[in-house]
Amino acid sequence: MTAYLARRVLQAVAVVLLVTLIVFGLLRLAPGGAAAGVLGSGSAHQEFLAQYLTWLGHVLGGNLGRSARLNEGVGALLAASLPRTLVLTGVSTLLALLIAVPVGLLQAVRRNSAVDHLLRGLTYLFYGMPPFVLGSVLILYFAIDKHFFGAEGPQAPGIAGVITDPRDLTLPVLTLALVTIAIFARYMRSSALDSLGQEYVEAARARGGGERRVVINHVLRNSLVPVVTLLGLSFPQIVGGALVVEILFNIQGMGWQIWQAAVNHDFPVTLGFTLVIGVAAAVGSLLADVGYALLDPRVRGARS
Amino acid sequence: MTANEAAPSSRRPRERVAGALGVSLAGAGSPEPAAAPARGSRGRHAGPAASPPGAAAQRAAIAGRTRRGLNALRAYPLATAGAAIVVAMAAFCFLGPLVYHTDQAHVFLSQANLGPRSGHPLGTDGDGQDELGRLMNGGQVSIELAAIAGVLAALLGSLWGAVAGYFGGVADAVMMRIADAAIAIPAVVLLLLLMSIYQPSTAMLVVVIAGTSWLSTARLVRAEALTLRMREYVQAAVVMGGGGLRVILRHIAPNAVGTIVVNVTFQIANSILILATLSWLGLGVQFPSIDWGDMISSATETISDGYWWEILAPGVAITVVVLAFAMLGDGLRDAFSAAGHDGAQAAAADGVRLADELETR
Repeated sequence: MTAYLARRVLQAVAVVLLVTLIVFGLLRLAPGGAAAGVLGSGSAHQEFLAQYLTWLGHVLGGNLGRSARLNEGVGALLAASLPRTLVLTGVSTLLALLIAVPVGLLQAVRRNSAVDHLLRGLTYLFYGMPPFVLGSVLILYFAIDKHFFGAEGPQAPGIAGVITDPRDLTLPVLTLALVTIAIFARYMRSSALDSLGQEYVEAARARGGGERRVVINHVLRNSLVPVVTLLGLSFPQIVGGALVVEILFNIQGMGWQIWQAAVNHDFPVTLGFTLVIGVAAAVGSLLADVGYALLDPRVRGARS
Repeated sequence: MTANEAAPSSRRPRERVAGALGVSLAGAGSPEPAAAPARGSRGRHAGPAASPPGAAAQRAAIAGRTRRGLNALRAYPLATAGAAIVVAMAAFCFLGPLVYHTDQAHVFLSQANLGPRSGHPLGTDGDGQDELGRLMNGGQVSIELAAIAGVLAALLGSLWGAVAGYFGGVADAVMMRIADAAIAIPAVVLLLLLMSIYQPSTAMLVVVIAGTSWLSTARLVRAEALTLRMREYVQAAVVMGGGGLRVILRHIAPNAVGTIVVNVTFQIANSILILATLSWLGLGVQFPSIDWGDMISSATETISDGYWWEILAPGVAITVVVLAFAMLGDGLRDAFSAAGHDGAQAAAADGVRLADELETR
C-alpha cells in the first residue's frame, strides 16, 4: 500500500510539473513578450529554462502574478471567484450523484426495459446537448416565460451570498447537474451491470436473499466504489461545464474570469487560473486513486 | 508460432489469428466498417486481401458481403439510425441551399426577429435573415470543420497511443504522463487560452481542437496496443526483423481499427460540441463565416426578448448531429465487439464500454 501510494504521489507530482511546463510554454508562445511581461523586464532576454524556473519559483512562493488589465493580483481574483464556482460545482455534483446513482442502478436492474430505454434516451439527450443550449432553453421557459426563477445567477459575493439566493441559483445548478447526470448515470449503469454479472451476486441470490436485498447490499455497494474514480476523472469535464454555465448566467466565478481574461488578452490571469485548475485536476485524480485503493481491498492487497 | 502475415494467400491461419482477436473486420482497408461486422464473419489482420480465384467467386463474395452488410444493418439498428441521421443532416446543410434559396448577403432590419411564419418556416434572426437558410449555411461550417478536426484528433491520438503502447517502458511512461497532464486541463480552458494567444483562423481552429482532443484516443489505442504487441503474429513480425514503425503501421494500427473507427465518430461529435462552444464564446469561427455556435451566441444576447426560435433551431441541430454521431459510435462499438445478444455477453460489452468511456490507468 505504501509503495503504491508513493508511486502514485510521484506520478501526480510529475503530472503537476508537466502542467506548469505546458502552461508556461503557452505563455512563452504568446505574442508581445507576455512571459517577460509577467516576470518583469529583467527576464526579457533570458532563455526559456531560466524564465521557467523564475516563474516556477514565483508560483511555488504563492505569487501567481498580476492582472494586466485589472488593478488586482491573480490571487485576489481567484479568492473572489473561487467561492461561486465551488458552490455551483459542489451543489450540482452532489445533486447529480443523488439522482444518477439510483437512476443508473434502476436501469441496470431493469436492463432493456421501457424504463431503461427511456432513461438511456434522456441521458443521451443531455450528453449531446451543449450546456449553453440546455441553459438557454431553461432560461427561456422558466425565467422569461414563467418567471419562476432568475435568468441570472446569484450576484452577491461570498459563499453565503450565493447560497442564500436559491431563486437565482436554481437554473445554473439545474443546467450543470443535468449535464453531469448524463455522464454519471451512463457510468453507474455500466458499473451496476458489471456487478450484476459477478459471482457474489449469484451467491447472494443462491443463499436466498431477496432481490431488493441483493441489489442494495451487493450490487449497489460494489458499484459505488468506481464512483470515486468517476468523480476524480470527470473533474475537468465538470469544470469545463461550469465555465459555460457561469458565462451564460453571468456568475463571476473562475470560468467567467478565464473567459474575460482570454477575450481581453489578459495572459497572467488566464495562465494563473489554468494552472490552478490543472493542478486541482491532477490532485483530484490522485485522491480518486487513493480513495479507490482504500475502498477496494483487492487493489490494496495486490499493490502493497 | 507460424508467420501468418508472411503468407497472405492462405486464409485459415489468418482467420484463426483474427478469431483470437475478438475484433471482427471485413478487411483491414475496408472503407465501410458499418457493413463489416456481421456476426458470422471473422476479421483478419494486416495484409492485402486474398485474391479470389475467379470472377464468379468474386461475385459470390460481393453478394455475400452485401448480404452480411444488410444483416449487420438490421442487427445494429442504433448504428444504422445514427448513420442515416448523419447523412440526412449533411444533405440538409450541403444540398438544402440548392433547393431552398435565401439571401445570406444582405441585412433586412425591417424583417428582424420574426417568428416562424409562411416564407420563413423557422423565423428570422436579428439581422432579418431567414433562420432556415442560416441553419444550412452554419451547418456546413460546423460539420466540415468538426469532421476534419475529429479525424485529425483520432489519427494523432492513434499514433501516439500505438507508439506508447507498443514500445512500453520509459517511452510509454513519459508519453502517457504528458497525456495525463494535458487531460488535467479542461479542454475548454486550454482552448480559450490557445485561441486568445493565436488569431482564430479556420485552420488554427481545426488544429487547436484536434490538439486538445486526441488524448482520449491515445489512451484507448494504447490499451489496445498493449495487448496486441503480445500476440503471436506481432512477435513473429518482430522476430523476422520488422522494425518498430513497420510493426506499428502494418500490424498494431490495422488491428486497432475497430477502436479507432469507433473513436473517430466520438471525436467528430466532440469536435462539433467544442467548435460550437468556442464560437458561442466568440473565439471560434470568425465573421463573416458562421456556425451553429455563432447563431446561438447572437441569440443569447437577446434572450430576454424571448426569441426562442433563434436558440432552438441551431440548438436542436447541434444536438441531433452530436447524438447521431454518438449513436453511430455506440452502434459500431457493439458491432466491433461482436457481443451476442444474450445477457452475460452484452453485460461484458457494457463493461468494455465503461472502460472506454473513462479509461483508468
